Amino acid sequence: MAQTEYAVQLNHVTKTFGPVVANRDVSLGVRSGEILALLGENGSGKTTLMNMIAGIYFPDEGEILVGGKEVTIRSPKDALELGIGMIHQHFKLVDVFTATENIALSMGHEEKFDLKRVHDRARAICEKYQFALDLDQKVYEMSVSQKQTLEIVKVLYRGADILILDEPTAVLTPQETERLFTVIRNMKADGKAVIIITHKLHEVLAISDRVAILRKGEYVGDIATADATEESLTEMMVGEKVELNIDRPAPVNPVKRLDIQHLSVRSPEGVTVLDDATFQVYGGEILGIAGISGNGQKELLEAIAGLQPVEPGTSIQFFSPDVVDPVQLVGKSPKAICEAGIHLSFVPEDRLGMGLVGSMGMTDNMMLKSYGKGHSPLVDRKAPHDLAATIKEELGVVTPDLNTPVSRLSGGNVQKVLVGRELAADPIVLMTAYAVRGLDINTSYTIYRLLNEQKKNGVAVLYVGEDLDVLLELCDRILVLCGGRVNGILDGRTATKEEVGLRMTQLIKEEQA
Amino acid sequence: MHSSLIAWIMRAIPFGTIIMYGALGETVTEKSGNLNLGVPGIMYLGGFAGFASAYYYENTAANPNGLVSILIALSCAILASMAGGLIYAFLTISLRANQNVTGLALTTFGMGVANFFGVFILNGASYSAAPIANKAFAAKLPVLSGLGTVGQTVFSYGFLVYAAIVLAVVLHWFLTRTRAGLNLRAVGENPATADAAGINVTRYKYLATCIGAGICGIGGLYYVLDYNQGIWATTGQIEALGWLAVALVIFTTWKPLNAIWGAYLFGMLYWLYQFLPTLLGITLASYMTDLVQMVPYVVTILVLIVVSMRKKKENQPPEHLGLPYFREER
Repeated sequence: MAQTEYAVQLNHVTKTFGPVVANRDVSLGVRSGEILALLGENGSGKTTLMNMIAGIYFPDEGEILVGGKEVTIRSPKDALELGIGMIHQHFKLVDVFTATENIALSMGHEEKFDLKRVHDRARAICEKYQFALDLDQKVYEMSVSQKQTLEIVKVLYRGADILILDEPTAVLTPQETERLFTVIRNMKADGKAVIIITHKLHEVLAISDRVAILRKGEYVGDIATADATEESLTEMMVGEKVELNIDRPAPVNPVKRLDIQHLSVRSPEGVTVLDDATFQVYGGEILGIAGISGNGQKELLEAIAGLQPVEPGTSIQFFSPDVVDPVQLVGKSPKAICEAGIHLSFVPEDRLGMGLVGSMGMTDNMMLKSYGKGHSPLVDRKAPHDLAATIKEELGVVTPDLNTPVSRLSGGNVQKVLVGRELAADPIVLMTAYAVRGLDINTSYTIYRLLNEQKKNGVAVLYVGEDLDVLLELCDRILVLCGGRVNGILDGRTATKEEVGLRMTQLIKEEQA
Repeated sequence: MHSSLIAWIMRAIPFGTIIMYGALGETVTEKSGNLNLGVPGIMYLGGFAGFASAYYYENTAANPNGLVSILIALSCAILASMAGGLIYAFLTISLRANQNVTGLALTTFGMGVANFFGVFILNGASYSAAPIANKAFAAKLPVLSGLGTVGQTVFSYGFLVYAAIVLAVVLHWFLTRTRAGLNLRAVGENPATADAAGINVTRYKYLATCIGAGICGIGGLYYVLDYNQGIWATTGQIEALGWLAVALVIFTTWKPLNAIWGAYLFGMLYWLYQFLPTLLGITLASYMTDLVQMVPYVVTILVLIVVSMRKKKENQPPEHLGLPYFREER
């Protein structure tokens, strides 16, 4: 095929960061009116590659062609002038600015500075693609999906013909994702070239025309989406056949670990976010928690971990294997609860926010949990170092060195470190929220396997997840939250997706037993 | 009572003007995300360069003229302080040195340079003066200053007092109504975003730091040639004023318009110790003076507390203040 067919093309591009090779000799292209999905495991260099097109990084070797002509993209500005717009995983928005002001930032210098005109033109774009966006709203008041919409409007405002979306669906609900895909299809119909990075294989199959695959920084090949299946894509990505079934052993001899009665939490603004939740958690089983994000999942876990003040009348009783009498957790400090064996690993939307210190290496981050142990005034560095090495080995964390600051690792690797540390702490109750958020398929399955191992060891696992398919395959029981209320606890083996979905969206009158 | 109130205001306004320049300059700098703690040093540089140039002009020109003296002193003060800002900019932006340490070093440096070269002008005397420049800088507004109490309290100062107010209004307009202002704020809030939008972050940071320093320097110039009656002496007074200017930036929650009344309020509070006894009819022990002079800082802390309690995002410092920016860092 002729080179001019491509809207943007990379030829033999290589990029290294110190000793780490992020991309080696990658060549790929995307045509106008085509949606290309870029697939690869965490740390396979997808984002780095796209950043080179967007002008964030400069390639060490190789060339980039736009519209068949070789170009030098030294800065995001150059990229914008060539009609390349990238929507980053971490939004590039100024929080204290309104939507209009954010759009005005990226407008060209040939245009007169007039916020009212920007507002009108942006409104026209919103109407054309049917975006629901308040252009006078400040960014910090917006939801994640609104911010993303704003990012897309920004890029379209600049008249971009080539759009790059880096994991756009990682933080969206299924409904929001569907809306985003409609937009992407509209843009395709408009003759734009779209590159989308995502880990969710069913999304790749649903939206793209062609899939390009990277493995460890190298280009593996591409395949027309029509010819691809989830299995074949995974195989190309990982380089070997992967079993895409989640194991679900029957709970052996479940023991009550947590008895939660009338748990209510009020937000600082006085809104009731959790309303009279009553349920039990058993050792040796995985209790899934389903719900549309923001329906009390976070508060539920934090209340148990002692991070959220609870309303009077709440009782959280903990049945420890070592002690005969149950222990009341309400009123205990987070540290005491953690020491009792109840561990929380919460993966926030920005991944680094809770649990890890970005500027510290893996070893030091392990030490955050262990520095209190031992009786010497000096900290013990050896144990955390060994633990870090084990996690690196078992979960396949890609890092040049155990002491490399974790913020330099790719998003998925950061998460492996976080989840790995909590799993290694030998918990009695393990709570994980969004443990596989943004993780590639292979690592996700590693995490599921690890959770199952914990379950077999008699650990009570609470799993908050977004992917209903996974919840239904992994969990023994599924607790559905809706508007802060427990809207039924279903058996994971018999429940259907529709049933869970329905309970997530509307409260069902509980047939009292 | 009435007369002492007028006297109080007439002390507060010139005092406020010095720190208003410092605060306005620092606001411009901080809006680009650079926390320049070298304000006192820069005010020393500006004050000394302004004084030295005016002093030489007066002593070498056959027929020194007030207007020429103003132009020379003003341009030398601005250039010298911009040079100070340039040092800071080069170290923190290009070499990505720690901003706090660099700023504090600049304070020591500016103070040292000014007092070192000042020795050659003093030449053994305890002070030296530039009377012609002082006369030019302190010239009151004709006609208006004669309008009774109002003329006395509002119109009886040198032109730099009014220039400061105009500057504050212009900066407010610049930051809120122009493209460059919007870009500058974006650089300080989120440089990665600004960069992705095609804004030259490095250029904005350099310009904002140097221009901001130039404005700070005018504060130092005003102190020496007007407030201090054109007298240069080896002193630590400017340093205290520089820190007050930094505090004022926080007090104004980074808004130039607030700097106008904030600066005068600081002036009133600073001179509180002299007028409080007369107003209340009490006598104040001399050791209380320094304690009362601390009030502006206490007020700044109170503002910080109130602002952080109200949690309004608009009143917070620029989000990326004090942090270096490097595009390829993650």
